[in-house]
Parts: sequence; C-alpha cells; structure tokens
Amino acid sequence: MKKNDFILIVSLLLVSVVIIIAINIFKQEGSKIIISVDGKEVEILDLNRDATFSIKGENGSFNDIEIKDGSVSMVNASCPDKICVEHRPIHYNHETIVCLPNKVVVEIIGGDENPIDSIAK
Amino acid sequence: MKTNKVATFGLLIALAFIFSYIETLIPLPIPIPGIKIGLANMVVVIAFMKLGDKDALILSLLRIILVSFIFGSLFSMVYSLSGGMLSWLFMLIGKKTKKFSLVGISVLGGVFHNIGQIIVAIIVVENTKIAYYLPLLLVSGLITGALIGALASIILEHLKHI
Repeated sequence: MKKNDFILIVSLLLVSVVIIIAINIFKQEGSKIIISVDGKEVEILDLNRDATFSIKGENGSFNDIEIKDGSVSMVNASCPDKICVEHRPIHYNHETIVCLPNKVVVEIIGGDENPIDSIAK
Repeated sequence: MKTNKVATFGLLIALAFIFSYIETLIPLPIPIPGIKIGLANMVVVIAFMKLGDKDALILSLLRIILVSFIFGSLFSMVYSLSGGMLSWLFMLIGKKTKKFSLVGISVLGGVFHNIGQIIVAIIVVENTKIAYYLPLLLVSGLITGALIGALASIILEHLKHI
C-alpha cells in the first residue's frame, strides 16, 4: 500500500466521520412524515399519532407504513430485497426510508421547517 | 483481438458475473440501501491491469447488463450502470495519476460506485434527503474497496504469467 492510498483512505474516513458526527449533533426530532411515490407527495401524517398507511402501486406492488410510538417504519413491501422493511424505525428530521424498486420515500419533516400546509387531492 | 486476450476476457466476465450472483446470496446484516461487498469490482480492477482501460470498461458494462437481465431488472440496471461507470471513471483517473496502488484505485472504485448509485437514487425519487446515506456508504465503499484492492493485488501476483 502506497502512501497516497493511506492519505486517500484517511481523508475519506475523516470526511465521513465528521459528517456523521455533524448530522448527529444537529439532528432534531421530526413532527410529521411525508410519503411520496415516484417523486409526488401522496400523504402527510403526524408522527405522534399512531397510524398505518398502505400504498398500492401498479402490478400489485405495495408498501405498508406504520407510525408507532413516535417513529415510522415500513412493515411490509412488495420489493424483492426488502431493504426498506429491514430499516430501523426513523423519527429524526430529514431521515428517510426508501423503497427504490417501488419508488416510495417516507421522509421525516419538522414542524417549523415544513412549508406545506396541506395537500390538494 | 488476440485469442489469448479473448479467452482471458471471457473468463473474467464469467467470474465477475458469478461474483455478482454470489453477492446476491450473501445478504449483509446492515440494512442500508446500497451496501455491498463489491466482489465484481475486483474483477474490473484485475481487468484494468491485465486487459487495459477500455476493456475494463467493456467488461464492467457487460457484467452489469448480464446480471441485471438475469438477476435484476431494467430498473436495477440504471443504478448499477451509474455506479459502475462513475466507479470506472475514477479508477481510470486513479490509475493514470500513477500515485495509487491497487488498494487506492479500488477504494476510489468502491466509493464512487456508491456515489453514483446515490445520485441516481436522488434523481429517480426526486428527494435530496437520500444524500444523508452518503457518509455511511463512503465508509463502507472505502473498507470494501481497500479489502478488494488488497485481494486483487495478491491475485495479480499469481497471475503474472498470463
């Protein structure tokens, strides 16, 4: 391993660690979740109110989202890898659970930052 | 193309293909989208050294297309392609500067593979918050890249006669 390899690895590590620490220092509790499908917002739900929400897509695809005890998680999905289902429950601002095959994104937003008041359906 | 080169090329593509398949069989316990060992990248690194830059690119492309058609979807192909192309590009840059060993080149490959995939994910779901996964994926790309680079070096030592 050459010296430059070492410099590369250490710099990347440093940058990553600094970002991770910064994210964790500045994280805030979220207050709502925005569920979007294929880039379009579909629903906004309150993080403090236990609820379940199902998204049904074309070709029988589905994503089941559950809000419980102030966190949201994906309890079931039709995607093949189920990475979204294995994701730990999230509740901090800007955190996301993404189901890429179904193009579903569950994002946590904070009350004061949220510019959206309602969604016209 | 010389027969010898064609044979080597064929072997390496088959190897990259099998490595990709093996990876789908070993789910990593870390549920972060995009984390993989990147064994197939090891073959691309070896191709860089044994076949040449352009051939490494073709090998990577063929591997991605084959794997996507058989084990994935057109959808997953977009992600793999973006990760693979960006990864190849930066491995090429790393190789050209002549300042890195295989470990460094492979680290560049792993890291930019993940960056490429995140960029496409952000574009597809139109959500920039996905970028928050970047630091974790950088670290994982770094670690797997380094390991794969070390492995590739060892293997190339034994392949000196090809």
